[in-house]
Amino acid sequence: MAGSIPASATVDALAGGAPSRPQARWGTEAWRRFRRHKLALFGTIILGLIIFGVLVGPWLWKVPINDIDFNARLAGPSLAHPFGTDDLGQDLFARMLYGGRISIAVGLAAMVIAILFGVVIGAVAGISSGKVDAALMWLTDLFLSLPQLPLLLLIIYLFRDSLKNIVGPEMGVFILIVIVIGGFRWMPVARLVRAQFLSLREKEFVEAARALGASPFRLVARHLVPNSLGPVIVAGTIDVAAAIIAESTLSFLGLGFPPDIPTWGRILFDAKDYLDVAPHWALFPGTLIFLTVLSINYLGDGLRDALDPRKVM
Amino acid sequence: MTKYVIRRLLIAIPSLLGISLILFTVLALAPGDPFEELATNPNVPMEVRENLRKQFGLDDPVMVRYVRWFKSMVKGDWGFSFASRVDVDKLILQRVPVTLFVIGSSQIIALLIAIPIGVFAATRPYSIFDQVANTFAFIGFSLPTFFTGLLFILLFSIKLDWLPFVYRADISETGFAWWWTHFKQSIMPIMVLALFQAASWTRYVRSAVLDVVRLDYVTTARAKGLNERSVIVKHALRNALIPVVTLVALQMPAIFGGAIVTEQIFRVPGIGSLLISAILANDTPVIMAVTFVFACLVILFNLLADVLYGWLDPRISYR
Repeated sequence: MAGSIPASATVDALAGGAPSRPQARWGTEAWRRFRRHKLALFGTIILGLIIFGVLVGPWLWKVPINDIDFNARLAGPSLAHPFGTDDLGQDLFARMLYGGRISIAVGLAAMVIAILFGVVIGAVAGISSGKVDAALMWLTDLFLSLPQLPLLLLIIYLFRDSLKNIVGPEMGVFILIVIVIGGFRWMPVARLVRAQFLSLREKEFVEAARALGASPFRLVARHLVPNSLGPVIVAGTIDVAAAIIAESTLSFLGLGFPPDIPTWGRILFDAKDYLDVAPHWALFPGTLIFLTVLSINYLGDGLRDALDPRKVM
Repeated sequence: MTKYVIRRLLIAIPSLLGISLILFTVLALAPGDPFEELATNPNVPMEVRENLRKQFGLDDPVMVRYVRWFKSMVKGDWGFSFASRVDVDKLILQRVPVTLFVIGSSQIIALLIAIPIGVFAATRPYSIFDQVANTFAFIGFSLPTFFTGLLFILLFSIKLDWLPFVYRADISETGFAWWWTHFKQSIMPIMVLALFQAASWTRYVRSAVLDVVRLDYVTTARAKGLNERSVIVKHALRNALIPVVTLVALQMPAIFGGAIVTEQIFRVPGIGSLLISAILANDTPVIMAVTFVFACLVILFNLLADVLYGWLDPRISYR
């Protein structure tokens, strides 16, 4: 977190010792602010439970995800199948635990890509002024006005088969979806980082570091980036939710993961034609997506209160 | 103002060029041949295929191909649908009005929900109403449109049997009955989109109004003895809407994405469902054209937002 990283060794030296106390206080201050946001705490707990469930669940709930049982077709929730079964009699609870891993992994991986892209582009734009900055910001605005879902669909349609041949169907689709979703979500981060850089680079501690002979790279890596991470962490949290929704949307449209990988969106896609006879089939994965996204959004809101005190909504 | 509009129009051109460049790059990088469909078809002889390649100039250098592709895109010469054997532009022109109707009415409803609730919440910050509105807003934009759509169908079509869940373009009734059927089938697709947008806009409106209400000129307006209603509506809201317009414009791509999903769920015959069926049928010309149309629509709405922005805030158009 931003608070736990010292602003810079030089500034601490200039301040005449007492290096860690203000930082430690800042961290507890952030935690105190976060704790005050009850719903954010609640969201974090729910999210923790969901992540714990999908990580540990498949070891505890040992029903195979593709065990076909025509005697239990479209059965509602019961002790044998807590979330009921689908049209082939496959246990939905096991499928959802397995699919949840993929949905959440896609969300996290896409967020990492979006943040990497965003920080690099924002940092380059923020540190260089003039033409490079203008060009990069034009690119950012351009990407912001792209129709994302149609393009996502187009790219997946065009590249899916060839990637499948290279790295196999599961990994291929995973890589493609993560890169494409991440590649369309870096723009807000880039803008945030650039704005932070523009204000930070005029600050005294940066000037001091520059006067002490820090190279531009060191300035960026040690002083500017760590100090602009607060809003980036908030944006990254929200990005996880957006990426999970994007992946579920693709799978829901039948254009994401193949049928044998039951992500939550894919289960919904299969369930939507059986709404009248087996509503549980759609309700459970939909509710899980909703709960995950809601918890992440509340977590992001709490982090905003904690890390970005200027922008409390 | 005219000058400002013209300037905005000129700024839209490079973004259109940029988007077309990105689209073309994606297409050019894609493995496979756009004529694969013809290549695997045994009824098409080799010479015909070679002639087609020459006719479409697929063996020319990239830049030449881009310029030609862009020209034909702008002219509306989008080729021939493999799947439905119709010209793509005809196919799309049939579908665009439906999409615009669904998106347009849902946005209007979203604003009608978001502005009053946002203003009411902002004038009473941290009250019970504010907290309830905030909670509903969070729930609203955390509910993905595809799930809201399914919930609506489950509740209103299956359990209550009030509304049809398939949108039909060919309603047989005439006169008032036509309007009534049309109204009934439009409620769910429009409300799914409207509620999702209203949820996020409520928060934007609230925070924008909250920013403005504390400013000195609002205090001045109150000190003059104006009643609270006209202070809020005439003084605060008009200025608060300026940042909201920008945010609405930024949301435009997401709105079109939501439209694709709702059109697919309710089988609304718009360009979104056309895109999905074209992808499932490997109908490349339609896919490219629909994506291009979506890009143009996003730019068009951004342009409208810019013009609106200039009208709301005259300082911008005189700069």
